[in-house]
Amino acid sequence: MSFAFSTIRELRKQLLAKEVHPTELIESLLDQISSVDPKVKAYIHLHPERALEAAKKADISLPLGGVPIAVKDLISVRGEPCTCASRILEGYIAPYDATVIERLRSAGAILLGRTNMDEFAMGSSTENSAWGMTHNPWDLSRVPGGSSGGSAAAVAAHEAIAALGSDTGGSIRQPAAFCGCVGLKPTYGRVSRYGLTAFASSLDQIGPLTKTVADAALLLESIAGADPRDNTCDPEPAPSFSAKLGEEIRGMTLGIPKEYFVSGIDPEVEAATKQAISHLEGLGATLREISLPHTAYSVASYYLVATAEASANLARFDGMRYGRRAKDCDDLLETYGRTREEGFGREVKRRILLGTYALSCGYYDAYYLRAQKVRMRIRQDFLAAFRHCQAIVTPTSPTPAFRLGERAEDPLQMYLADIFTIAVNLAGLCAISLPCGFTQSGLPIGLQIIGPMRQEETILQVGHAYEQSTDWHTLRPSLS
Amino acid sequence: MAKRAFPLLPETGAFRYGYFVPTVAIDVAYVAELARFRLSPEEIETFGSQLEQVLAYVKKLEEVEVREVALIGEEESFQNRLRPDRPLPELTRSEVLENAPQKADGLFLVPRILE
Amino acid sequence: MTYEAVIGLEVHVQLKTETKLFCGCRNEFGAEPNSHLCPVCLGLPGALPVPNEEAVIQTILTGLMLGSTIPPRAKFDRKNYFYPDMPKNYQISQYDQPLCLGGGVTLPVLSFPKDAQKEAQALANKKVRLVRIHLEEDVGKSFHLESCSGIDFNRAGTPLMEIVTEADLTTPEEAFALLTTLREILRYGKVSDVDMEKGQLRCDVNISVRLAGTEAFGTKREIKNLNSISAVRRSLKHEIQSQIELVSSGGAVVQQTLRWDDARGETIPMRTKEQAHDYRYFPDPDLLPIYTEGRLREEAARRVPELPEEKKSRLAETYGLSEYQASVLASGPPLADYFEQAARSSRNPVAVANLTLNDYLALRQDSPEPVSVPPEYLGELADLVSDGRLNSRQGREVLAILIQTPRPPKEIARERGLAQISDTQALEAFCREAISASPKSVADYKAGKAAAINALKGFVMKKTRGQANPQRIHELLELLLREP
Ligand SMILES: [Mg+2]
Ligand SMILES: [Zn+2]
Repeated sequence: MSFAFSTIRELRKQLLAKEVHPTELIESLLDQISSVDPKVKAYIHLHPERALEAAKKADISLPLGGVPIAVKDLISVRGEPCTCASRILEGYIAPYDATVIERLRSAGAILLGRTNMDEFAMGSSTENSAWGMTHNPWDLSRVPGGSSGGSAAAVAAHEAIAALGSDTGGSIRQPAAFCGCVGLKPTYGRVSRYGLTAFASSLDQIGPLTKTVADAALLLESIAGADPRDNTCDPEPAPSFSAKLGEEIRGMTLGIPKEYFVSGIDPEVEAATKQAISHLEGLGATLREISLPHTAYSVASYYLVATAEASANLARFDGMRYGRRAKDCDDLLETYGRTREEGFGREVKRRILLGTYALSCGYYDAYYLRAQKVRMRIRQDFLAAFRHCQAIVTPTSPTPAFRLGERAEDPLQMYLADIFTIAVNLAGLCAISLPCGFTQSGLPIGLQIIGPMRQEETILQVGHAYEQSTDWHTLRPSLS
Repeated sequence: MAKRAFPLLPETGAFRYGYFVPTVAIDVAYVAELARFRLSPEEIETFGSQLEQVLAYVKKLEEVEVREVALIGEEESFQNRLRPDRPLPELTRSEVLENAPQKADGLFLVPRILE
Repeated sequence: MTYEAVIGLEVHVQLKTETKLFCGCRNEFGAEPNSHLCPVCLGLPGALPVPNEEAVIQTILTGLMLGSTIPPRAKFDRKNYFYPDMPKNYQISQYDQPLCLGGGVTLPVLSFPKDAQKEAQALANKKVRLVRIHLEEDVGKSFHLESCSGIDFNRAGTPLMEIVTEADLTTPEEAFALLTTLREILRYGKVSDVDMEKGQLRCDVNISVRLAGTEAFGTKREIKNLNSISAVRRSLKHEIQSQIELVSSGGAVVQQTLRWDDARGETIPMRTKEQAHDYRYFPDPDLLPIYTEGRLREEAARRVPELPEEKKSRLAETYGLSEYQASVLASGPPLADYFEQAARSSRNPVAVANLTLNDYLALRQDSPEPVSVPPEYLGELADLVSDGRLNSRQGREVLAILIQTPRPPKEIARERGLAQISDTQALEAFCREAISASPKSVADYKAGKAAAINALKGFVMKKTRGQANPQRIHELLELLLREP
């Protein structure tokens, strides 16, 4: 039998009961990968030998002992390429482990391979990858979402038991919604960013993509917590995120923001979300309409803050110390210009240009500073709302997965796809996306549960309660 | 010092956003030079019009009253997180130079720097 | 028409920390190229900076020594420009919230170049105001080869303090004095060795000229990367001269960034850094703000030393030294401490100062190996000389031995048979001998040639192998020659 379809929790039980050996597990996954990945294209590097080698020596007694995890290709793993799906990092071998990788290793996890993504995490469809697009396992003609599309697709297609992604404006939650899996963006500072190639430093967080809410809690437990190498990492020790799983949500107040159910939202998405909300009410939660008045400004604020930070973060990719350098250039300026011209894809260039402009002489106040101030307003909206509820429930994305190529050259339309996830990053909150239904044509729909800062236990509790009383998470794509 | 081309022309639309989308002109060539991109004339054209759309959209932010907003977060703890002045492990020289596109005598080689 | 120059300085000082500003790599000069690096200071994807507390404390300490205000909150910003010696293509620096604001430096006479110390500008005790002091990371070092450049990133990320003055300076000599004064204070605070050879002090200068007595500023030019105090003086001299020539012949100064070619003695316009003036500063999102109140400020305050000027006046007052003696002794805390220890074990601090300044420093400088004489021996030796038990030449002789093998000076004098003969009876015999042996000198003396007595003195000194007390011989000879 194949073990590829199992969750971490199930596998842990089987591993401890010696019903499966880690090597068998890796072999099962490799089988599944070789049968479906040619269609899905979730992975960009695989390390079968290394994974099998590690499986032989796996220490089952550790919290993730023997469990294979896929990692988005922008997290540094010592001795491995880390291309961020960009040509500009061609040939680069990372000489160090990210903090999350060190923690996965010491928790006993096995690193199986690297997943595809939008170049430097810039995109919502995983179409902007130098190594080709990833396809949605539920409909191969559609995008898996992005930027962690490879990680979401790998989990959904059972090519990975679980995966790490990163979320700057929805990059874990939106692909989780599009692919029908669970994706969690932790509170800003909860997980160390050391070793995560920066897109927008004040927004980026690493988080888990899993098959179940309980798995997300488990994976988060092993990667979260204080890290002296990241100045912005929360010095508080991470709590047990699984602690409240299984607790009832009766008596809890859930906020429903009125601004999230207005024009532009797909009717099937709206219907599924509303149904999920009444399901939660059925589980005993009290619903309360809340207002997040600055919602309409979040995309604009986000695109200025994120691109400004990115314009500086990506300046280091210049072909001088590592990565690809353009050949046959006459001088330094030409080398810079052509290396970056040839090395970066269009979306990355577009965003660097926007961010450079937003910071440039004379525009700082009008664009970057104003965007940061609006960001504070958005944050204040949430602080006010959380005085009346413990969590906020919304759709994850206004639409289900769209067709490949559909929005490729319409950046603004693409940016608007992140309208429900972006505000969470701007405010530094935590949020989870989990499956809450399917469209008529069989595309997954995601439900987003947003919590206050450092309240991952609460959103995991609500998500788990919903998941355990529905069966969306048990459905598998046919991949025919 | 020669004055740079002014990267942003004033709005041409006299109406507020919502009725009429103002066009915002961006000097893509100047910004590309700052970002060290060598763009073709066609790319300058395409990026220009795409970025103008985005900039017209972000003009929305002007609707928000931000005069009272302070950028110091209310949850800031006023605690420093500094590092003690103690050495930590370093990379070996071969690890450092392994990724260099060009190297010699332990140095990274780059195109000649003009002073 | 006379012109005056308006000069402002940006002084970059390498701090004396164990490790770099944002990572734990060693802050060490002269190591093998590219040997002190990690993902952070090499700007690898994913690496993050964490500030070094010691560098922050040293910067605040500098501010306290220079009378700056220390704002309660400071932050780091990114300064964006592309340069191959800068791993991230942005420099973490401080823009609008630096660690120190304001402050000033008073220029003492002796800080001026020797040849200018008698001029009015040196005697003015001018106070130069500071704009700010901030902390930033240094860049790597480039070597310009035939067809390409080679880069050593060891220096990249080491802590650099930037001290910015107001445009209060008007002459190259004042700029010189400002830098020597700053250097002394920084060494006092132990925040930097300010070793020029190691590039621990580098300076950018802004210069403009205007008609004397007018208020408006002329167009300024900037000379970047001057790496010695004397180069600052020389380049300013040159630049002021050429700006005045330009303006007085009806031309206009064009704003420019220059570099100084010390060998050729001229400024050369720089080509690269010019297009990079749009630095797009913004707060570094990887770094938390720094709150200076509490521990950081307290630790810096605890380390504030007695400053050079304070030490100078205290030494002069306490030990009755001349201003010159006090200034030289206060030129560095180790020398001043040494002097004070020696002076405490002596009855005559002025003699200790003389011995230190005239003999000890010279011997120490000439010695190929570092030397140290226990301060109490120096004090004792000063007493032997001032009591007349050794003459000054004998004092130097003992000191030379003392430097080789430290022992009580009395012991050395005894072993070497060094003792000044002050005993009148013994000396009288030698003097009589001299008189009878040199009738010509005696005759000359008696004929009114007072200098003839020197030949007689020389005779006695020779006979006593230099151990006679010259003052006593002189007195005795005069007495005996007056005898009928
Ligand atoms: Mg500077
Ligand atoms: Zn380092």
